[in-house]
Amino acid sequence: MDTFLGILFGKLNLDALPHEMITIGGAIMMTGGGLLVVGLMFYFKRWTWFYKNWLTSLDPKKIGVMYISIAILMLLRGVADALMIRAVQATDNHVGGMITSDTFQQVFSAHGSIMIFFVAMGMIFGLINLIVPLQIGARDVAFPLLNSISFWLFVAGFVLMNLSLVLGEFSASGWLAYPPLSELKYSPGVGVDYWVWSLQIAGVGSLLSGINFLVTIFKMRAPGMTLKKMPIFVWSVVCSMSLVAIAFPILTATLAMLSLDRTMGMHFFTSDMGGNPMMYINLIWAWGHPEVYILILPAFGVFSEIVPVFSGKRLFGYMSMVWALVAITLLSFLVWLHHFFTMGAGANVNAFFGIMTAVISVPTGVKVFNWLFTMWGGRIRFATPMLWFMGFVVTFTLGGVAGVLMSVPAIDFQVHNSLFLVAHFHTMIIGGVVFGFFAAFTYWFPKIFGFKLHERLGRYAFWSWLIGFLLAFTPLYALGLMGATRRLDHYDPSMGWQGLFIVAGVGVAVIGLGILLQIIQVGVSIWKRNENRDTTGDPWGGRTLEWSIPSPAPAYNFAHIPQVSHRDEFWEMKQRPANNKRTPFEAITLPKNSAVGMIIGGLAFMLGFGVIWHMFWLAFVSLIAIIAVIIIRTSSDDDDEVTLSAVTVEKMAAESAHTIRRKHA
Amino acid sequence: MNEQEAIAHERHNGPKVTLGFWMYLMTDCVLFATLFATYAVLKSGTAGGPSSEDLFDIWFVLGETLILLTSSFTCGMAILASQNHQKQQVMAWLLVTALLGAAFLGMELSEFSHLVNEGNSWQRSGFLSAFFTLVGTHGLHITAGLIWIIAMIYRINQRGLTQSTLRKLTMLSLFWHFLDVIWIFIFTIVYMIGVL
Repeated sequence: MDTFLGILFGKLNLDALPHEMITIGGAIMMTGGGLLVVGLMFYFKRWTWFYKNWLTSLDPKKIGVMYISIAILMLLRGVADALMIRAVQATDNHVGGMITSDTFQQVFSAHGSIMIFFVAMGMIFGLINLIVPLQIGARDVAFPLLNSISFWLFVAGFVLMNLSLVLGEFSASGWLAYPPLSELKYSPGVGVDYWVWSLQIAGVGSLLSGINFLVTIFKMRAPGMTLKKMPIFVWSVVCSMSLVAIAFPILTATLAMLSLDRTMGMHFFTSDMGGNPMMYINLIWAWGHPEVYILILPAFGVFSEIVPVFSGKRLFGYMSMVWALVAITLLSFLVWLHHFFTMGAGANVNAFFGIMTAVISVPTGVKVFNWLFTMWGGRIRFATPMLWFMGFVVTFTLGGVAGVLMSVPAIDFQVHNSLFLVAHFHTMIIGGVVFGFFAAFTYWFPKIFGFKLHERLGRYAFWSWLIGFLLAFTPLYALGLMGATRRLDHYDPSMGWQGLFIVAGVGVAVIGLGILLQIIQVGVSIWKRNENRDTTGDPWGGRTLEWSIPSPAPAYNFAHIPQVSHRDEFWEMKQRPANNKRTPFEAITLPKNSAVGMIIGGLAFMLGFGVIWHMFWLAFVSLIAIIAVIIIRTSSDDDDEVTLSAVTVEKMAAESAHTIRRKHA
Repeated sequence: MNEQEAIAHERHNGPKVTLGFWMYLMTDCVLFATLFATYAVLKSGTAGGPSSEDLFDIWFVLGETLILLTSSFTCGMAILASQNHQKQQVMAWLLVTALLGAAFLGMELSEFSHLVNEGNSWQRSGFLSAFFTLVGTHGLHITAGLIWIIAMIYRINQRGLTQSTLRKLTMLSLFWHFLDVIWIFIFTIVYMIGVL
């Protein structure tokens, strides 16, 4: 009987439920919240609607909204983790106070993993889904079903990541799980396995998305849109997705090897039996450094769209922007070793990687100056997206300078793994990626939902974020130089660090206020949507194609595929005398809804769950089922598309124009 | 979908799928590159156990290699036949390809079981972990290829050589040749350099 249960449930038993107050509280809040939402959906009978309109939808705009919703949910959890870390450091500096050391380690590991893989990646892929097809004048992505599968793999990773709070534990070995600590010998629990499989599954989704968007951009641009006429955001996506395609296979292989070490008793990264832990650290950063550029390049793209629009000028130095993006893309593969100058690779190796790192600041500087020159002499409107840009350009430049400082190996030896480093990369990721996302969210929100966000609350949120950010991270630069290392759960009071930690904690609270204001902002905007309705389809005086269609963008995006002849095509269109000739409507083919993405996501979740808990039968069955679904799906030539006749398209187009007029009246 | 629609659909989607598939192959190439790099680093990590000179039987592996190369040739013959619309010939050549692939896989598995039986499994040392993973990943790809070939034979039998089947056949052959190229690297870097 015992062996039977052992085979059936693997390592899973009742001990896996949470024991500590803080994790019990978190688990109850999360499952309770989830169950509440599910219950309410049943109560209001919204499941069918949700299933048909969202879960099975292949419309990239809807998939984008779902990515962003998950990213925002995870942002809340990530910030809660951050609050916990700073609360511990600011209030009690002895072991076993507020939370145990082990829980503390799980909290910072979860914070990092969640923020990078599920917040930043979710934001970026959400934006790309929303905007890229609209900007290139396409009706869809190259492979709509694959896009849905990518999204559902992301969801599977997200569920696994959060399940670790309820069943078992999470990794306590940092956001990149360095061996030998992450090996079975030192982390015998399921925590690292949760980390590996949640990232592995979401990562495969990202890889497929990368290929999908590259093909979309290379094959589906509107006629006339040559590469040099693409909006700069699309260029940034080309670069970012090329990085995904080249870097993510390294992550896949590396995570697979760590998992083989842990489940099959191999010796890739163990400290004995011929393994080499430093190999892991090289590999993970060969993926990890490009990864940060995967996140930041689209944010650069966003700002390159926003600055010209709100300055009323065309982008300064378009080609130099493109070359800067390409240069950063290439250089990002030549700097990974700066994450571990202290490994001891020798002076020459360190010098090479140090110089390469410093060199990256050149194309980045080109971009900063181009944005500033775009603003120069323009008629600047300080709407919220532009405020986010101003906040970005200041913080990002400061953080960048700190980065150049650390590119000098001799200095890096002093600040390696200190809070100085933590302050640096948070400046880049919050000041860069997160601010970029918020700018984009405000800027493109009306295109997706048909109304603008409440402007004043947006400003309040921006200032809370900016002030909170400076309060939270400026002290860390000082603390780092004073010798405080990262991931500290206690320190001696005589170090005199507590004051600065309190300031940092207050900063996180102010950021929390900013998030609260943003939630209120979205709520108020929905409530008062008729006051902020976008009736023109072009609320900001836009320059690119997405503003040429009504808001919210119809399912087929463009009733007529535009003919492109300029870089800022829509801007030029607006300068030309209005063309009153009516183009006849044509039939449009769109992909049908499909549950395949959900099914594959669900099976991938079971596969991961099976391996984590050593329920190998479950993993095996899920794997076979995934293969079967793929074979069935690819070998059927069934009708997977629905055609809207020209008459329907005309009616839909007239309807959206009519709604706009009515709302306007 | 009627025939005309199918042709239009294929003209519309075919090039996208082909480009996407090429990109997938390149990502797979990076995956193998990672495993090769790891193998190169861990090659000396034998932990007092046997090294590559002690373990590999170059003539046996040469046999494997020749079989796989031949299967690439027969896969090419299937493509040639498909261009002449010789349905039966395509199926026959694919079947030969699958049989050769299965023979290759069988030899690889017998090499693996031989090693494991002598106590030189993937748990023995970092070197053997890297060896089993690199060669085994290639083997898994071959297995996927075999499943694909069988599905392809079934499809051609059911629907004949339609436009979309021909494109899928081209992708299959790309995949198979790609695995051949990877194997050449494995043969050179793991086995030939291994016994030098």
